[in-house]
Amino acid sequence: MIRMEYYLIVSTIMMFVGIYGFLTRRNLLAMLISVELILNSVDINFVVFNRFLFPEQLEGFFFSLFAIGISAAETAVAIAIIINIYRNMRNIQVKNLDKMKW
Amino acid sequence: MNITLDLIVFIVLALFIVVSAILAVTTKRILRAATYLLFVLFGTAGIYFQLNYSFLGAVQLLIYAGGITVLYVFSILLTSSEGDQAEKLKKSKFIAGLTATLAALGICLFVMLKHKFVGQVFTHGELPVKEIGFALMSPEKYGYVLPFEVISVLLLACIIGGIMIARKR
Amino acid sequence: MEHTILILLLPFLSFILIGLLGTRLKPTAAGAIGTVVTAIVAVLSYWTAFAYFGAGRDAGTGLFPTLMPWNAVWLPFGGDLHIDMGILLDPISVMMLIVISTVSLMVHIYSFGYMKGERGFQRYYAFLSLFTMSMLGLVVATNIFQMYVFWELVGVSSYLLIGFYYTKKEAIAASKKAFIVTRFADLGFLIGILIYGFYTGTFSFTPDAPALGAAKAMLPLALGLMFVGGAGKSAMFPLHIWLPDAMEGPTPVSALIHAATMVVAGVYLVARMFPLFIGFAPEVLHVTAYVGAFTALYAAIVACVQSDIKRVLAFSTISQIGFMIVALGVCTSADPHQGGLGYMASMFHLFTHAMFKALLFLGAGCIIHAVHSNEMSAMGGLRKYMPLTHVTFLVACLAIAGIWPLSGFFSKDEILAACFSFSPVMGWVMTFIAGLTAFYMFRLYFNIFWGNENKELHAEHRPHEAPLTMTVPLVFLAAVTLFAGWIPFGEFISSDGQAYHIHIDWKVATISLCVAAAGIALATWMYMREDRKVADGLAARFSGLHKAAYHRFYIDEIYQFITHRIIFACISAPVAWFDRHVVDGFFNMLASVTQKVSWGIRNMQSGYVQRYGIWFLGGALGLTVILLLI
Repeated sequence: MIRMEYYLIVSTIMMFVGIYGFLTRRNLLAMLISVELILNSVDINFVVFNRFLFPEQLEGFFFSLFAIGISAAETAVAIAIIINIYRNMRNIQVKNLDKMKW
Repeated sequence: MNITLDLIVFIVLALFIVVSAILAVTTKRILRAATYLLFVLFGTAGIYFQLNYSFLGAVQLLIYAGGITVLYVFSILLTSSEGDQAEKLKKSKFIAGLTATLAALGICLFVMLKHKFVGQVFTHGELPVKEIGFALMSPEKYGYVLPFEVISVLLLACIIGGIMIARKR
Repeated sequence: MEHTILILLLPFLSFILIGLLGTRLKPTAAGAIGTVVTAIVAVLSYWTAFAYFGAGRDAGTGLFPTLMPWNAVWLPFGGDLHIDMGILLDPISVMMLIVISTVSLMVHIYSFGYMKGERGFQRYYAFLSLFTMSMLGLVVATNIFQMYVFWELVGVSSYLLIGFYYTKKEAIAASKKAFIVTRFADLGFLIGILIYGFYTGTFSFTPDAPALGAAKAMLPLALGLMFVGGAGKSAMFPLHIWLPDAMEGPTPVSALIHAATMVVAGVYLVARMFPLFIGFAPEVLHVTAYVGAFTALYAAIVACVQSDIKRVLAFSTISQIGFMIVALGVCTSADPHQGGLGYMASMFHLFTHAMFKALLFLGAGCIIHAVHSNEMSAMGGLRKYMPLTHVTFLVACLAIAGIWPLSGFFSKDEILAACFSFSPVMGWVMTFIAGLTAFYMFRLYFNIFWGNENKELHAEHRPHEAPLTMTVPLVFLAAVTLFAGWIPFGEFISSDGQAYHIHIDWKVATISLCVAAAGIALATWMYMREDRKVADGLAARFSGLHKAAYHRFYIDEIYQFITHRIIFACISAPVAWFDRHVVDGFFNMLASVTQKVSWGIRNMQSGYVQRYGIWFLGGALGLTVILLLI
């Protein structure tokens, strides 16, 4: 018997690994990868809650389904932006991106 | 607590996911990070399968592992030159990030584990795709046709936006 | 009489037209517009005068009626107090219309020749039109506030014309000096007007009896302050310092503004307020007489030793205006037969003086035009080269000296008679000044047209008679000067409005003629000869006095001392220091503190997304902890 909390522990760890990566990675793409981790952990949570707490309903399931779709869209746009930044600055290091400061 | 096959599979998957995730955010090479991300996504798909949501696992494999990761790999190849390595992390930064993360993790786990979830049951049984299809297309209560349409528009907008942003001037 | 509005509107339109078109207009076209408009204005003025005086006196009162063909409320205040704009016709304003339009027309014609080829010819004519409009508006003002408005407009156009040669440093300084000094005096005028308006409840020249009764106690103060403004414009001591410097402007401008019209605005003001002066503040009126007499004496002495011909004429103008003020000031009643003669005499002298002083200035302009210098040393013996200028100048000199039968004799005689009837001392003093006038004018005359010729300079640049555009006004004004004395002036203007038959007091006339003749004779003896031994000897003998007079008794230096050493150093400098260091310092401190704080806050906004992420995480964490603890 696998308890629900086990899944939640895994997803929580994944989430904070993602946050750690978001805070420490210098490369924009690496940061985006970290964001994917965070999103993924949330998906797992939705699915787990759906399966364990409300098995006869489908909200968590569809939420994850749509989240996957949206994250695909988000990734596409983010990567387009990153490529544009790369064109303008010849690198994608986040420390160079302070033009929007003021 | 008796060790079942389920549990063994879960533990393997969990370890696989956690290790891959940690490696994904700590490795110096960006292409490896993408690969570890792919592993994490595979592991997640595995979890979905284990939870008997095989449709969702398939979607995860198709879109995430198949589509997004390829997108990552291509953009990495476009934006990094050979032998690019992440520069060494500043110690203060590393400590700050790690402390904040660990503290937050601790608090979250504490809250989560302290909470008693009521009525948790795990009923085996596959979710039929037909049911998913009806729910997705249904305008009734618990029907998802509106979000479905909205997300299709969103995807269209993303396609156009992606082209607009990334096109050469 | 409704057509009188054209007298104001036409010059204004001409000013707008010439001023806006500017250099897009050919110089001759600009001059032609200005001159034609002024000619029309002059014709209208003559016609107005003819119609006004021709309509005759009111059968009942025996007065010329006071007409207001135009009058509109312009700026209402609370209660009955309002400022009007309009046109007032009475004997003195009609007389002033004639003087101003005549001299202005002459100057417009004359400037064609004098200003030929100058840069800014169009601008010059635009300003002349502006001045003409403002001066005409001043004299026909229906109330004292309208007068003040036009008074300031006159000051502005005077400023603009003095500074016409704006690349010349002296001209700029002179224009500023004129503006500041007259503005300073106008402050008094304005305060006077406000007191007057506050206590009488009206700005009209003729308030009704109850209002006057209520304001009785304050009227002397108000009138005295108004006279301060008048003294500034009319260059009364000690506010006269701007007028000699104003000679930096073009000579025709000096003739129009600083001899004939604007500088007599103060006299006109006192004449305008005369019924109030005589009724409520005779002692203030007498103070003005003493001020005028002192100014006349001072200016006459200074004029005796100046070497710049325009300055001599400027001091002569100050002195003659002093005469007019004295004539008004010695009035003791409104009855011309009993001590009110001075009013008529003053207006008469204003009229004749405007003509012959304009003539003198225009003549001086011809001379300057011929020898290209203002200094007497560059002249001498010019009578051979410029016969027409010589004759007209001589006519003007004789007129100002008061020789029968020229116009100056008649008006000056009336003034002296008025002075003698006030007090013998005043009479003798003014007679002495009249003698001095004759002396310095003929000193000027002989130095220019006789005496030692500056042969080197004249060989290098042969003087020549001025062109026709310049000599025609001379001849016209000389003709007026010759015959204006026979105008029965008292029939039109007198202090009580009734007809007054001028009769020459032959006792006074004989004295003044003798004194004038003595002055002329002295000047002839000293300056007509080639060697001028006597003049130089006297100058050497009384070198201290001569030097002091030459430096105008150091009045300008005293002003300089007061303004720079006392006001600037003791008041302005500390105030400026306080402003810069304390007031500015306080606000600079506020600004710099704000800036530093802002920089601090801004540095928190690093722009690095990861730093924001850490803060966000920390915040979320903190909130969670707080929620948990609760």
